[in-house]
Amino acid sequence: MTSGRNQMLWRAQRLSAHVLGLLVLVHLVLMVIAVQGGLTAAEILSRTQGAIGWLLFYSSFVILVSAHAPIGVKNILQEQFGWRHSTASRLSILYGLALVVLGLRACWAVFTGGQL
Amino acid sequence: MKNEVLEVAVWRGDTQGETQTFEVPRKPSQTVLDVITYIQRELDPTLSYRFACRVGVCGSCAMVVNGVARWTCRTHVSKVVDKAGRLEVLPLRNLPVIKDLVTDMAEFFNKWTKARGYFSGDQTRHDDFATVRPDSPHRLEVDRAIECIGCGVCYSSCDVVSWKPDYLGPAALNRAWALVNDERDQAQSERLAQVLSEAGCTACHTHTSCSKRCPKELAPTSSIAGLKRMVGRAS
Amino acid sequence: MRSTRAVFRNDARNRTDVGYLAFALHRISGVAISLFLPLHFLLLGTAITGEPALQAGLNWTLHPFFKIAETGLVLGLALHLALGIRLLIIERTGNIKRHEQWALFGGAFALSAALLFALSMEISL
Repeated sequence: MTSGRNQMLWRAQRLSAHVLGLLVLVHLVLMVIAVQGGLTAAEILSRTQGAIGWLLFYSSFVILVSAHAPIGVKNILQEQFGWRHSTASRLSILYGLALVVLGLRACWAVFTGGQL
Repeated sequence: MKNEVLEVAVWRGDTQGETQTFEVPRKPSQTVLDVITYIQRELDPTLSYRFACRVGVCGSCAMVVNGVARWTCRTHVSKVVDKAGRLEVLPLRNLPVIKDLVTDMAEFFNKWTKARGYFSGDQTRHDDFATVRPDSPHRLEVDRAIECIGCGVCYSSCDVVSWKPDYLGPAALNRAWALVNDERDQAQSERLAQVLSEAGCTACHTHTSCSKRCPKELAPTSSIAGLKRMVGRAS
Repeated sequence: MRSTRAVFRNDARNRTDVGYLAFALHRISGVAISLFLPLHFLLLGTAITGEPALQAGLNWTLHPFFKIAETGLVLGLALHLALGIRLLIIERTGNIKRHEQWALFGGAFALSAALLFALSMEISL
């Protein structure tokens, strides 16, 4: 890996961390509120269905996490399991793609609630 | 009740080997270096170890005492011995062992060179002196990092060095930071290319073992944080 | 750069301070979240066929085991957040004078968040 690419990955992880810090805090507060009195599908969908705001919020969340987590995962594969950069990189990218695909699908799912 | 005899387990061999236990008489204000010296002079002359100043200035006597890297001349036995009067002394970690308590420090210093931990100027003795204000922000950063004497305690204590053999390590990066802040240096882009690479500062996970263990109370963690702040700004 | 000869590594006695513990918890919580997220997305994704599908998925989580696991995940997320912020502060300021205090504060924050979450849940009997 070149020095430039290493720096780009590091910056991406740190920058996404800054924004995720805020998003995670909001998510934690939401969780504590939402889980009171039990959590039903109806309750979730009543908040998210047709709500552009939540769609944008969670889509941004998904995209940022899909950049942030795989870079950390790559480090762990190299440091704790001794994988080489190339293999660790490939698996991490696959994982990131899985996250972004599944995540955006989930955002769309709760936005439409099956009504599209 | 104070033990009168210490049970000291000392590493013998190189990477193949085992600890050998010696009985050493306990004395007041005894340091671990005193103990090792006693073993070599009175009990087993084949024991190999390094020391020089024995007063906490040179860093040569760095070893791992009860699992923690220290200067043995500045480690009082009373501070580290357990209730049963036992001590364990091993060579520094993360470096090949030549014999017993002596490690091969070539890799440690090679990484120092690789990180460009040396000054490159463009002035000659025919030029005027450079003017560097002692209270300038850059010079204050240099002051905080410059006192490293290359003892290897931080390098031994760093798990990232264990996990990533190419990692330049806390000492080399700390010195690189001091030079990054040297306004006279002319090799900054070459230096940054090394310290911002995968083997450089971005591999540090802020365990802070280096800063905690440094016998000169330096903070490689802070220096490395400084280098991290340069990521993306210059390469 | 490493010589071909083997070297010794540190053992647990080198890993007893707060700074190292903060790193370990940050890494462990990160792994836990990374493993959990695909499942989380899959469950929420069942809503794509409508509310009954999502409710069926949620019914899985009514079991007490899941309540405990969810609390653990909230603890992990809050811990990763708090210790991550600590890391960003250290890296941006270069100041490690209070790094242990921040780690302890982060731990306290995470435990409070998890406790609050656990208390907020309706306990299914």
